[in-house]
Amino acid sequence: MHTKLTVPELEAVEIDGMSRGSFLLKSTLAVGAVYGAAAVSPFIQRAMAQGAMGDIDILNFALTLEFLEADFYKKGLATNLSAETKKLATLIGAHESAHVETLSGTIKDLGGTPVAEPTFTFPFTDEASFLKLAQTLEDTGVSAYNGAAGMIESKDVLGAAGSIVQVEARHAAAIRLLRKQTPAPGAFDEAMAKAAVLAAVKPLIAA
Amino acid sequence: MTNTDEHVQDQPALRELADDPASRKKFLRLMGGGVAGATAFSLFLAACGGDDKTAGTTATTAPAETEAMASDGDLKIVNYALTLEYVEADFYAAVIDSGLFSGASLELIKAIGDHEQQHVDALLGTAKKLGEPAKKPKTTFPLDSADAVLKLAATVENLGAAAYLGQAGAIKDKEILAAAIAIHSVEARHAAALNILTGKSPTPDGAFATPQSMDEVLPKVMPFIVS
Repeated sequence: MHTKLTVPELEAVEIDGMSRGSFLLKSTLAVGAVYGAAAVSPFIQRAMAQGAMGDIDILNFALTLEFLEADFYKKGLATNLSAETKKLATLIGAHESAHVETLSGTIKDLGGTPVAEPTFTFPFTDEASFLKLAQTLEDTGVSAYNGAAGMIESKDVLGAAGSIVQVEARHAAAIRLLRKQTPAPGAFDEAMAKAAVLAAVKPLIAA
Repeated sequence: MTNTDEHVQDQPALRELADDPASRKKFLRLMGGGVAGATAFSLFLAACGGDDKTAGTTATTAPAETEAMASDGDLKIVNYALTLEYVEADFYAAVIDSGLFSGASLELIKAIGDHEQQHVDALLGTAKKLGEPAKKPKTTFPLDSADAVLKLAATVENLGAAAYLGQAGAIKDKEILAAAIAIHSVEARHAAALNILTGKSPTPDGAFATPQSMDEVLPKVMPFIVS
């Protein structure tokens, strides 16, 4: 369908899970692959509004995303990484696992059922491709949380999501610096052409 | 204390309705809004034995007043953010003028300073829509050495990120919340980068960032504000 991908490495991430969160995460990565991480924010907003997702659904989506990130760093740390990368991946991986724990707990506290962990396959082959994908996943995570935040009803849940997204943004900046990239690609972590993005991703939202 | 008073106090949801303009607004909308809603709400509170002097009176004029109160609250937050961004933008302008930096670090400082100026522009526009924008403060910064300046920059950015996080739950308008969210994570990126450059952890709070209230943030910014 699309010959040119903005972020091709996202397309190769595989998610094997049957939950609503897994499906939404697959679409999220597809949107990120085609249009870039910033496009994820309006996509998530629209998808959640159309799916009438409540706080527990949103938390389960966030949990699916954190499962993906935690598994990504675990798999990365099982490969041969330089000391500097290993140190940062260890720090970030521990945070992602803490996010998984906290989100699962919050979902239970609210009377919901946390989604089961999907299985993931990541396309990195060496340290360089691991770090590149790490940057993309963290940027995508920030964009996804920012998109979801506006849909959250409870102030407490919004506060928790804010506390997590700030850390995701810090991860993104740290990985970007390690890769000699600008830590903050723009003044606002949001998509510039929201309407265009929404029109383009409409088929994905329906699916 | 009468039985009816106890009745209200025993029900946190009712107490919240009486005390919190946002809840009242939502409630009024559910009841059909407008005068009928307000009247019904007054009767409802009276029936529950609510605090006549405050809640009853407020409820009578609820629709107009709650709109105004919600946007007053948002204006206060937007002006608070605008003031912080003014300070940040001024700071980076002063740092660039100081000649303490060159090469890659100067490029990073310029990029961050440009972001802060864009935040000022966006927040100023929002504040103008809501009412009277905060005035641009006159600022002063200690610019003694490159090391000290980077440390101060890291402190300011970490404070900014915590300040935005501290307001997330208080913003009423969805669009203003979206703007604040889009700025918040960029302040976090700045903070992490400057932390790393000054030999600190990119994530000083660990896996969960800690918010700070206005009361916590403002005294820390005051040393940089002359008037």
